[in-house]
Amino acid sequence: MEAVVASAYGRNKIHPQKFALWVACAGILMMFAAFTSAIIVRQAAGNWLEFRLPDIFYVNTVVILLSSFSLHTSYLAFKNGRTSLYRGMLAVTFALGAAFVVLQYLGWQMLAGIGIELTTNPSGSFIYVISGVHAAHILGGLGALTLAMLHAFLLPHKVTPARKLRFELTLTYWHFVDFLWLYLLFFFTMLY
Amino acid sequence: MANTAIKPVVTEEDLLIEEYGYDDHFHEHHHGDKYQSNFITTYIFSQDHKIIAKQFLITGMFWAVIGALMSLVFRLQLGFPEENMAWLRPVLGKWITINDAGIGTLAPEFYYALVTMHGTILVFFVLTAGLSGTFSNLLIPLQIGARDMASPFLNMLSYWFFFLAGLVMFFSLFLSTGPFSGGWTAYPPLSALPQASSGSGAGMTLWILSLVFFVVSVLLGGINYITTVLNLRTKGMSMWRLPLTIWAFFVTAILGLLSFPVLVSGFLLLMFDRSMGTSFYLSEIFIGGQALDHVGGSPILYQHLFWFLGHPEVYIIILPAMGLVSEVLSVHSRKPIFGYRAMVYSILAIGFLSFIVWAHHMFMSGVNPFISNFFVIFTLIIAVPSAVKVFNWIATLYGGNIRFNSASLFAIGFVSMFISGGLTGIFLGNSAIDIQLHDTYFVVAHFHIVMGVAAFFGMFAGIYNWFPKMYGRFMNETLGRLHFWGTLIGAYAVFWPMHYLGMSGVPRRYYRFDSFEAFGQFATMNQFITIAAIATFAFQVIFVVNFFYSIWKGRKMTTRNPWGATTLEWTTPINPGHGNWPGKIPAVQRWAYDYGKDGKEFIPQIKPVEEGESEAH
Repeated sequence: MEAVVASAYGRNKIHPQKFALWVACAGILMMFAAFTSAIIVRQAAGNWLEFRLPDIFYVNTVVILLSSFSLHTSYLAFKNGRTSLYRGMLAVTFALGAAFVVLQYLGWQMLAGIGIELTTNPSGSFIYVISGVHAAHILGGLGALTLAMLHAFLLPHKVTPARKLRFELTLTYWHFVDFLWLYLLFFFTMLY
Repeated sequence: MANTAIKPVVTEEDLLIEEYGYDDHFHEHHHGDKYQSNFITTYIFSQDHKIIAKQFLITGMFWAVIGALMSLVFRLQLGFPEENMAWLRPVLGKWITINDAGIGTLAPEFYYALVTMHGTILVFFVLTAGLSGTFSNLLIPLQIGARDMASPFLNMLSYWFFFLAGLVMFFSLFLSTGPFSGGWTAYPPLSALPQASSGSGAGMTLWILSLVFFVVSVLLGGINYITTVLNLRTKGMSMWRLPLTIWAFFVTAILGLLSFPVLVSGFLLLMFDRSMGTSFYLSEIFIGGQALDHVGGSPILYQHLFWFLGHPEVYIIILPAMGLVSEVLSVHSRKPIFGYRAMVYSILAIGFLSFIVWAHHMFMSGVNPFISNFFVIFTLIIAVPSAVKVFNWIATLYGGNIRFNSASLFAIGFVSMFISGGLTGIFLGNSAIDIQLHDTYFVVAHFHIVMGVAAFFGMFAGIYNWFPKMYGRFMNETLGRLHFWGTLIGAYAVFWPMHYLGMSGVPRRYYRFDSFEAFGQFATMNQFITIAAIATFAFQVIFVVNFFYSIWKGRKMTTRNPWGATTLEWTTPINPGHGNWPGKIPAVQRWAYDYGKDGKEFIPQIKPVEEGESEAH
């Protein structure tokens, strides 16, 4: 894809693609805001099965937080020319991200294990659907990380503006889905 | 592009752009025209915003014709319920049932499918994609002085997702069980239970799939519009110098970005209810003599999620029309727009308020009356910015040197429609009056006039005004005026009587009224409405013919700025190539509304402020 063909008058403080990503994040956030408001509205209507969120979801929170940290380390290493740290931390991030998805799946199995299946009660259904949609966004992030790894391992380590921009886009998105999970966990913890 | 090869006559605009413009070295890079090298990349998978705008417009027109024809079929049913419809059998096939006497009747379930599809198509495909998609794409880069959108590629995807959405919806029309028939709002349980009606199975599955594609299209477009407006404005183009069109498209895109994802969330829960057995919206239900497993769902939850999109959606439809009308009125009355800043603030106020009024669609859904009060108040407050806008449009016209052409007539017609439809909004916004008027033809009249017809008028004003910029030719003026008067009179003839039907309690969405004694007296009024609808449609045929004829045979544009407008799009060559300006990007020196100032008829935005000039913006 052609980078911005239309870059006009050069006074922009923020690159248009970065800005567009932020705008897109706002859209995604609205989607989840709708889900969490739906929980509140639905819970107020009664017939709401209460249960405790399995601990594995908290383990997962640590995993995703660590992955944000490792990706940021990788980004700094990329900028400072420390190739092995850059590549290593990128791979670690990918592994942590993949682990997050697997752990979410285990979390759903544990939920089913305590008798909260997808169709048992809307209170449980919300957890499955919302964490599932979030996991889909993580998978998108893993796709971006795959691309970043291809760049990191196949290309010589050079800090070009285009590569820096690409990395920053990946980094921003990854931090965003991480934050998104914290936001969701807040609701899951407060309302269940 | 051939036209860039021929050096056009050097005009004053060229000299101004050359002297003050901003050189972005655009045409020195080879990449500039790479994606317009052959027929497919130029006209089909185009990344040029001007071509994408035309794609949106023509696709929107296609859907408008389909949607309007559907309304004629169900209007025939309502106006002439006893009439033989056998002649429609070649088109509608088995949905026309023929009895022993050879009398053809429209199948009731297909009547509902037609109403549902008419609403879906007009609201989403025509008045969202066809209106905002067309003019945001055409005007944002041209009026802010950008080479193209921030991401031409995403812009292309935006159109093709819309196309895909249309393809899926079009396919659903031909299902043997028929398209979805539970109303364009798709309330559960009709939308959630495949066994609820014949259209609730495969028809609904395709409907929801189509709309998810559509939302992707809106979001890709919207992200681009917002980014482009904020990041790619040319030198000197501060936010306060933007034409009102751009302000309107900008706020529209923000509304779409914040509300359409909520619709997707609502749809996702609906999909789980449909196919995975969850109970988000489904409560204890007996259907076909059987109790369903679903327990504890809340259909009201869907309504909340739907109308959180649904209400901003009506402003997504009307704001672009308002922007186009503001611009057209100012240009053709040769006066600056009255109260520019008030116009901007009222667009922002309408945008903000649109998010906190959604429950006024749900006054009769069992919402707590105390909560309703809150929504009544905010709904009525929307009248304030709306009235500011109406006042400013009229004040712009007042004392103006008005050119009555197709574009400005439609813009004036818009103001008329917006007042007529807006006033009935004040009735409906009151939860107490809504008890009587809810789900009657009064509502049908209200929203058709204020967001259907009015938005169409804004769109027509835009098309007649910017057609020369799109195709380098003019549309036929006589046919244009004929189109205007036919549409104005026709639309009022269709929708005005519906207020009386509604006040008498005639409910909407009924298949026929002749079996109800209370409504029998309206049979002739319903006939009148149907005849008026057919006549109004005939005038739209004139428009379509005029449009396509003029693309190839219309009067050619000989000067760049036929309307004497100040904005940047008229400083581009008659047929602007890729990148819009052949040389430098123009720099902006003043606001967009310097008409009739200091004895000059108009002063383009690229002209520097002269010494001793009165108030400069």
